[in-house]
Amino acid sequence: MPVHSRSVVNRLFEAPAIGRMAPASALIVYGLLAVWTAVVCFPLYWILITSLKSAADVNGGPVYLPWIDFTPSLHAWRELLLIDYEDTLRSYLNSIVIAVLSTLLCISVGSMAAYALARMTYRPKFGNILMFVLVMIAAFVVIGKLGVDWKLAVSVALAVWFLLVRSIGRHFTKSVGNADILFWMISQRILPPIVTVVPIYIMFQNLRMLDTHLALILTYAVVNLPIVVWLMYDFMNGIPLELEESAQLDGASRFRTFWEIILPLAKPGLAATTLLVLILAWNEYILAVFLTTSNAQTIPILVSAMNAGERGILWWSMCVVIIVMIIPVVFMAIVLQRFISKGVLLGAVKG
Amino acid sequence: MSNARTYRVSNSEHNQSLTHRLSEWFDRQASTLFITPAVILILVFSIFPLVASLVIAFSRFRLRAGSYQVRFVGLKNFEKQFFGSEQFHFLGTFKGMSVLGYAVSAVAALLVLWWLYRYCRRQFWWLGFIGRLLSAAMGLGLVLLFSATLLSGHQFGTLGVTVFYVFAGCLIQFVIGLSLALLCSQPIRGKTFFRVVFFLPLMITPIGIGYAFRMLADTTKGPFSPIWQLAGLGDFSWSTDPWAARIFIVIGDSWQWIPFVFIILLAALENIPRDHHEAAQVDGASGWQIFREITWPQLVPVAATVMLIRLIEAFKLVDLPNIMTSGGPGIATESMSLHSYYAWRSLDLGQSSAIAYLLLFTTVIICVSFFNYVVVGRIRRNAA
Repeated sequence: MPVHSRSVVNRLFEAPAIGRMAPASALIVYGLLAVWTAVVCFPLYWILITSLKSAADVNGGPVYLPWIDFTPSLHAWRELLLIDYEDTLRSYLNSIVIAVLSTLLCISVGSMAAYALARMTYRPKFGNILMFVLVMIAAFVVIGKLGVDWKLAVSVALAVWFLLVRSIGRHFTKSVGNADILFWMISQRILPPIVTVVPIYIMFQNLRMLDTHLALILTYAVVNLPIVVWLMYDFMNGIPLELEESAQLDGASRFRTFWEIILPLAKPGLAATTLLVLILAWNEYILAVFLTTSNAQTIPILVSAMNAGERGILWWSMCVVIIVMIIPVVFMAIVLQRFISKGVLLGAVKG
Repeated sequence: MSNARTYRVSNSEHNQSLTHRLSEWFDRQASTLFITPAVILILVFSIFPLVASLVIAFSRFRLRAGSYQVRFVGLKNFEKQFFGSEQFHFLGTFKGMSVLGYAVSAVAALLVLWWLYRYCRRQFWWLGFIGRLLSAAMGLGLVLLFSATLLSGHQFGTLGVTVFYVFAGCLIQFVIGLSLALLCSQPIRGKTFFRVVFFLPLMITPIGIGYAFRMLADTTKGPFSPIWQLAGLGDFSWSTDPWAARIFIVIGDSWQWIPFVFIILLAALENIPRDHHEAAQVDGASGWQIFREITWPQLVPVAATVMLIRLIEAFKLVDLPNIMTSGGPGIATESMSLHSYYAWRSLDLGQSSAIAYLLLFTTVIICVSFFNYVVVGRIRRNAA
């Protein structure tokens, strides 16, 4: 029966039709996908069941299945959400306020800049930029050496620069273009936050703004600005020019065109970028460690706060906070993946 | 049409009004007004701190109650990292180089010289040459560092650790991310389900991941402890052995970032037209041939950019080592960002900024090199 056995083998290893898989390769593909699903889900499952364990269950060795291995209890949930809820609620609200407002700021400023770079021509004179740098260095030196008030020094420096631009600015010939400005903005993403956070800390300390919401909102907005400019620039570039031109012929101003024509058309890109930035701001940790202590404490800080204390790590409470933190993000992930599967974020990467 | 006319008529009636003149002025200045907020934000929160950080890196900086004191010390902070008391921390311990170390560095030096020679022979542009000289110096420096520490049996410092995280992490993430994307691009059912599930880790806060992996890695109380007991490694701890701890952090980082590589590469794979693929299948090409000849060439541009983004982000790694191992055992898992953070916490702001600047320097040279030789270099080669 060699003919028959060959046909079985054939059926196992050969695709029945173009665009379908042979049973053997389907088995391997689904097997590997299942393995990776387990790799992704197991840590999350472990967080979930740890939040339901008592201290004895956590410290006594591994138990895996609720109701079979151990009796689940909601003690940690009750403690954090009902009894001792003030701290949790405050951090949660702080996180929401900071993430939402910084995202709003970042998206509005970033998409305006992206639109401008995609549609208008910029020719800042190289000499003017150089003068700006020199004037600022002079202001720095004056503040550092002579102890002049920084507000005064900076305003004088800006005024001097403005006068210089008005008087000798026109004689410069070399200038930079849109591509250079775009590159400059996007390249800010290379900057590790640790490089800039110490001066930002000192700056906010001087302004008595440490541990305020505004400090984190501004810092997060700037950290995420390059992503917004990058993704939105690509998206705005893809919008046909004719619509805007007809709007301008009808006498609409640049702002109206932007608000009523460009933004509605850029909605998919805007939504994807907003979600991405929102998640990044929501999860940020190291800048929050530097810039907050208690008043503006965000929820990632609350997670690591479960580590401090003489009782060691309160794993169960920590897991509750982590889950509470993950839930909104999971919903966003489900929404966001729709945009990604449409290739919205791919466009910029292909560039 | 009539609508537009009434609009214009009503406009001309109020032609002289202040609001109209103001809005006209706004429209004329639109190009400036659109971009100024972004420029100001970046100048104030990015460029100014960057410059200030450089100033701090060159000085001894003391925080006092409500004020601070700056004293210029020149290159002292950097000197300390390279030659002074912090050398073991930043670069590693040097106690002579082994034969293997000498051999590897000699080979690396020859390769770098040959690469530069070839560039000079083919085309020469002084700016390109300086760029290549910098990349070559960085590459050779890193090889020397690893041959003097790792290959000679000594500890390496935070620079080596960071480079290890970046390259090991990016490699693992690329290989697994690409494999998952290829698996998901097969004609399977439940594609949306897998896409959502595989995407999840990227959305979860690094803090949560750090603590979750700490629980998983516990060999006595963690979920895998029966396996460890069975393997006779019950007393083994991931956080006390330097290499185990480093690999442990790379695993955590990869778990989080594989979804990013996966999701973008999957979108790219789905953008490739299917007809070439199917034509090749009809012609009887094997899966590997189809991948190498059809899929890969179209995937390379996206893959290069994704890896560039990963490279940039990987240098910033700080939360995971901070939470999973607190940089320990000793300094074995301390990344440069974490090193800088610890220096800040002990109020040595000068050193903190100096390390941060060294990190920036390393990041820029490696990322720009990657961008020039891989991302753009490919385009140039194709054009030539």
